Amino acid sequence: MTTSISPTKAGLPPAPPVDAARRGFTEIIAPYAYITPFFVIFAVFGLIPLLFTFYVALFDWNPIGEHVFVGLDNFSGLLGDTRFWNAARNTVSIWLLSTVPQLLIALVLAHMLNHVRLRLAVFFRMTMLVPYITSVAATAIVFAQMFDRDYGLLNWLLSLMGFEHIDFNQSVMGSHVLIAVMVTWRWFGYTALLYLASLQAVPRAIYEAAAVDGAGGVRQFLHISLPALRPVIVFTIVTSTIGGLQIFTEPLLINRGTPNICGPIRQCQTLTLFLFEQGFTQFRFGYAAAIGVALFVMVVALAGLNYFLSTRIRPVKG
Amino acid sequence: MRTTRPRSGDRVRWWAYALLALAAFACLFPLYWMFIVATTDTATAIKLPPEIVPGGNFFHLAGLVFSTVPFVRSIVNSLVVAGTIGVGQAVLCALAGFAFAKMRFRGRDALFLFVVLTMTVPTQLAIVPQYMIISALNWVDTLQALIVPGLANAFGIFWMRQHISSAISDEILQAARIDGASTWQTFWHIAFPLVRPAAFVLGLLGFVTAWNDFLWPFVVLKSPEMYTVQIAIKALQNSFNIDLGLAMSGSFLATLPLLVLFVFVGRRMVAGIMNGAFKG
Repeated sequence: MTTSISPTKAGLPPAPPVDAARRGFTEIIAPYAYITPFFVIFAVFGLIPLLFTFYVALFDWNPIGEHVFVGLDNFSGLLGDTRFWNAARNTVSIWLLSTVPQLLIALVLAHMLNHVRLRLAVFFRMTMLVPYITSVAATAIVFAQMFDRDYGLLNWLLSLMGFEHIDFNQSVMGSHVLIAVMVTWRWFGYTALLYLASLQAVPRAIYEAAAVDGAGGVRQFLHISLPALRPVIVFTIVTSTIGGLQIFTEPLLINRGTPNICGPIRQCQTLTLFLFEQGFTQFRFGYAAAIGVALFVMVVALAGLNYFLSTRIRPVKG
Repeated sequence: MRTTRPRSGDRVRWWAYALLALAAFACLFPLYWMFIVATTDTATAIKLPPEIVPGGNFFHLAGLVFSTVPFVRSIVNSLVVAGTIGVGQAVLCALAGFAFAKMRFRGRDALFLFVVLTMTVPTQLAIVPQYMIISALNWVDTLQALIVPGLANAFGIFWMRQHISSAISDEILQAARIDGASTWQTFWHIAFPLVRPAAFVLGLLGFVTAWNDFLWPFVVLKSPEMYTVQIAIKALQNSFNIDLGLAMSGSFLATLPLLVLFVFVGRRMVAGIMNGAFKG
């Protein structure tokens, strides 16, 4: 970064002739011009809609009809709406089921991938990125089939082992697990690569010294790898909170008969899907915006809480 | 020749390979299964024990996919959207990253902090007003409704700034300035070529994300001719009582272009994701 230390004092040659007099108007505005596209697009399609959500939420807003100011009615309606609480519960449940295993699997795999003598390292790394390049839509269709109650591969294996068939699509917990499996499948490899990158920044010598001192793999992992990974773990916890609470495509696609509510008893309808249902199938824009505000509060609160917890909790010194 | 035997602590254990192989299998099997169902008829697809080798029905099902929805058109739409977003992000993020890394201007640090903070804003939940804006612009059911919002990428700016800061010395830029190059020429002829590999990976990630995007195209696109492949898959699924393999076949066809691309550029994507990660 540039600082205010003058070049001559630092023993460098004097600054090149870029004085304002020689720079034309275009040169002065150039840096602003280079960053303008981002700010304009973000303002129009990100920030303004976000602020506008808070405004629309105060209206009974029909896209082709009236906009009637109703104050906080949408919010009080939301608090008394069992469908909202159901969607909120589903969202948190699916988010927990998908985030916790994903980060743990990624942690273990990154540790394995970090071994210097690992053969086929490039193959393993590339393979783990395959789910990431597969679309959520395709993933949802193939997983819904594999987890099908009657003809699914998984239930066939379960029945071979003597278990009852599990109705993943129609039961509450089953559908949450199914969605969580899809989310975990998609992200564990990507997350493992992020962790691996941080692990590789740890000097080899530290591990070698620990090995000389008799520390085995598990202790090396706990006392060297884990502390080195703290910043990236915080980063992935916060991003998977922001992303995980907005899950939409998987619940929309796993129940063909009742896509907008994810099953007859709304067993896996998430908040984003509820928002979509109210906004774009019932055309209640005001109510949908209120759901958006509630989701916003949840995301900020949980991401903030996670950030707070994951930066406060320190590993036990050993 | 090795003079000492490797310590047991630094040998790769068999269970490490077993776990990694299991993970690799878990990553690849769903795609293989998708291919199997996409090549068999309904009777075989629901047969138990399941078929584990592909059948010969692939072209029949692919033909059905193409006749049920305008699939070729949707692939073209996806290529246009994802291609424009990929190239656009690579150039725009490099440009903004260059300004933040190498130029001095009033408000620079505050503006950069703002860019970083926007990454944490969950803008997807503002989808109702976003739709209103697209509607006011008369962009409903058009591809620019997908392309223009997709061009802004805060992470990309952050990432390109990192690369430009570390890959390009101030001296080379100053030398160019002394030789009379304008800011734009300095960027386009000196800075951009030096960070082209990083910009390429960023463009690839933008391409993949745009190709796979679902919610926003699903809300904005109305007519089948404007569908991207993901929305076409959804349309196939609605009609999948005709044939169980149909949606699978469509999913496979929609994933295939990315798999082929991945075979060629996967290594660079892996390296890019790992270099882009911040190293604590």
